[in-house]
Amino acid sequence: MANKFDIQIRAEKQYAILETAGYLNDALGERLSKEAQELIEKGYTQLVINLDKTALINSIGISILIEIIEALEQHDGTLNFCGLSATQERTFRMMAIAKYAGIFPDEKTAIANF
Amino acid sequence: MTNTISNDLVLLTIPMRRDMELAAAQLASVIAESMSFNEQQVEEIQLATIESCINAFEHSKSPDQKVLTEFIMRTDELEIKITDQGIGFSPDNHPKKSNSKPDLHPEMRKRGWGLEIVHALMDKVQIMSNKNGTTISMVKCKNET
Repeated sequence: MANKFDIQIRAEKQYAILETAGYLNDALGERLSKEAQELIEKGYTQLVINLDKTALINSIGISILIEIIEALEQHDGTLNFCGLSATQERTFRMMAIAKYAGIFPDEKTAIANF
Repeated sequence: MTNTISNDLVLLTIPMRRDMELAAAQLASVIAESMSFNEQQVEEIQLATIESCINAFEHSKSPDQKVLTEFIMRTDELEIKITDQGIGFSPDNHPKKSNSKPDLHPEMRKRGWGLEIVHALMDKVQIMSNKNGTTISMVKCKNET
């Protein structure tokens, strides 16, 4: 069973959106972290991660998302998530991610809440 | 134990290899959908299956490098058993992966969530572990939301 994953990046003037597709495990998580780090190094401190096309996330993938939150915090930045399923949102809240990152239903709301 | 009319069993053995937890999760999804669990319940069952398999992959040190997954279909619930033949564990000797960076916020720690997620998503969870292996038994009831 192959896990096909992809990341689409849309960088605007004030913020950037990273849209994942596929199973968010360590492999996709590490790639996402690398892309986020490159955006941070370019000066982007307001990031949206859109998980609408990621149906399954494991706890290792989530731990890498936390590393991105922490990296942004060190640059006074903000990470907003959108496109989470009800189960993903419940898991994120249980892991206290909602205290340090925003969770919004869609990109428009996530961008409006920076 | 709840009333059961039928008791159907599906078995799948997976190797401890990258992404093989997805095979168990996909089978869990097919079975749960066939039992008319709702979409959210199916996702919860899938995630709990993934985390239980990953727990075995990471911590069991099983010599045969295999995980047995059992899906027991009952009229009103699905029981999933994830079994490895590893060294067993207890909360005291359950190792945490050390390749993560230190946590900035202790409440948002990066590792050690797998079994907590399983407990949160399933209705009943029982862990049986000894030096010959570990079985995580987890049950999802159809009447729970």
